[in-house]
Amino acid sequence: MSAADIKTAGPEVPAPRPPAGDGPAPSAPRRSRWTNGPLLPYLLIAPAAVALAAVFLWPLIKTVIMSFQDVGRRELWTGQAAEWVGLEQFTNILGEGEFYDVLWRTVLFMVVCVVTTMAIGLFLAHSMQRMTKAVRLLLTGALIAAWSLPLLVATSIFRWFADSDYGVANMVLTEYLGLDFQGHNWFLDPKQGFVVIGAVVVWGAVPFVAVTLYAALTQVPAELEEAAELDGAGRVGVFRYVTWPVIKPVFQMVATLSVIWDFNVFGQVFLMRGNKPEPEYNLLGLYSYEKAFESNSFSQGAAIALITVLLLSGVAVYYLRQLIKIGDVE
Amino acid sequence: MSTTTATTAPGATEPALETALRPDRKKHSRHLYNLVGLVSFVVMAFPVYWLVISALRPNHEIRSYDQTLWPSSLTLDNFSRAIDAPNFGTAIQSSLIICVTAVVGAMILSTVAAFAIGRFRFAGRKVFMIILLLVQLLPPTTMLIPLYIQLNDLGAINEYWGVIIIYLVSTLPFATWMIRGFVVNIPKELEEAAMVDGCSRMGAFWRVIFPLLAPGLAAASIFSLINAWNEYLLAYIVLQDNDKYTLNVWLMNFTTDRGTDYGALMAASTLIAIPVVAFFMLVQKKMAAGLTSGAVKG
Repeated sequence: MSAADIKTAGPEVPAPRPPAGDGPAPSAPRRSRWTNGPLLPYLLIAPAAVALAAVFLWPLIKTVIMSFQDVGRRELWTGQAAEWVGLEQFTNILGEGEFYDVLWRTVLFMVVCVVTTMAIGLFLAHSMQRMTKAVRLLLTGALIAAWSLPLLVATSIFRWFADSDYGVANMVLTEYLGLDFQGHNWFLDPKQGFVVIGAVVVWGAVPFVAVTLYAALTQVPAELEEAAELDGAGRVGVFRYVTWPVIKPVFQMVATLSVIWDFNVFGQVFLMRGNKPEPEYNLLGLYSYEKAFESNSFSQGAAIALITVLLLSGVAVYYLRQLIKIGDVE
Repeated sequence: MSTTTATTAPGATEPALETALRPDRKKHSRHLYNLVGLVSFVVMAFPVYWLVISALRPNHEIRSYDQTLWPSSLTLDNFSRAIDAPNFGTAIQSSLIICVTAVVGAMILSTVAAFAIGRFRFAGRKVFMIILLLVQLLPPTTMLIPLYIQLNDLGAINEYWGVIIIYLVSTLPFATWMIRGFVVNIPKELEEAAMVDGCSRMGAFWRVIFPLLAPGLAAASIFSLINAWNEYLLAYIVLQDNDKYTLNVWLMNFTTDRGTDYGALMAASTLIAIPVVAFFMLVQKKMAAGLTSGAVKG
């Protein structure tokens, strides 16, 4: 299945119309087996299914195949058959110390971002229920604006914040907090650089979490909370025994999505570091990209990508189970 | 709406209960939560403010060691520099060609598929729906390498259609899921009536259901449009000629080895972000409605 098939699949869509002879005559019982028969739904999902297979399934299979070969620049440009190397790509990568550095960094970055995002998101959603309507509307407006800002734009803004000479972050820290941040370069030390990158990731992700959790919180019956409070439950008790059980499935789903997204952070680092991230800034996605496009070993890139998919597949299964539990898939 | 009842109901409907619950504490905590709201508002809105204000600032203030929170004067210089930058026009053109084609294609495929899973019970339906959800979880950067190789094999590097197909298909799962939510909300009886009157199944769909789907389609297409409009990595890799760059790739022109022209970059970013923010504001309510209503009924 190639991408070209999708193109031809497109125009086919309007085809399942009744044949001209069928007409809208009220008494015509003779109907085509395509337009009314049991095959119709399959015909309807066929174009989408073919397209999905070409752009998602086939590349996934291709990734698996490539990771057992040695595809470099020569194979790519000459179309020469790639050599099979068995597990060599995997043993090479798993044998490199760099891989573990990158993996550890990715996991740490993901955990910090997810925990921060979820904590702030839950706190905001909880607070939104209790603030005056005007303040809530104001905050919702800011959340939606932040949510809808293109990632590229958001990253440019945060890079400008952190600019060593002309950035507002250094100015505020120096003038308003009395610290010495004049001309401070945030990206010299990757730890600080990741603080800036984490800030743009969390800032961009909080709106989705807060708005979704706020919607879930409105489903908690107010009477139940009141009753629990009358019965002497403290704030923590009310939250633990009344609120939490209701919002738990939504919270878990949002947290799982955040894990997946933050594990795959790419653009923010890539753009923050001017399209050429230093090795100390590599996360798994960037590491794979660097191997493939900078070192021209597409197979190594594919192997790293495959390892990433395997690491995430456990989370994906968990997410799916949550969805089924919530009833999205009946 | 449930949002307002949840927050105001305790005080409004049961004053006795309210007084029983130490009104001082409640009032006090409301002030506290308002403060939290205002502080969060400032933090969330500040980057947006800084984007717009930097775009409007004169260059000597942008390149100043003494940054101020308020601009001393406003100018449109940055905007004219951004617009005069090479290839601005062709970048808009590329973005529009790619996004519009991808969205129209995605809407056709996903409406038809959404009708199938929203109206018919057939073997494999659940599997198809699960696949729709699962493919959205595949890391996009994982797909990048094989997709690049595939596009290269097909001669699609530096061609619009390669990017179009990928954008089309990547918005397909979400669009299908969303439109399905709207399909299941349309009463079946409407179609059945049309069929009694002699329409075929598909005839009933095109004549009765399709017009009713318009708001859902609008929401789904704007959502897909935003996704395609914001994508840059694939475009960056696949499109190689300056005059084929999409707006997002073009934006990178402002960052060179010699430094970044932040004034022009912020102005250009504002120009790109305005339609996105505006569209997003328009559809976000509908989007939530489409997602949740369909989820319950199935």
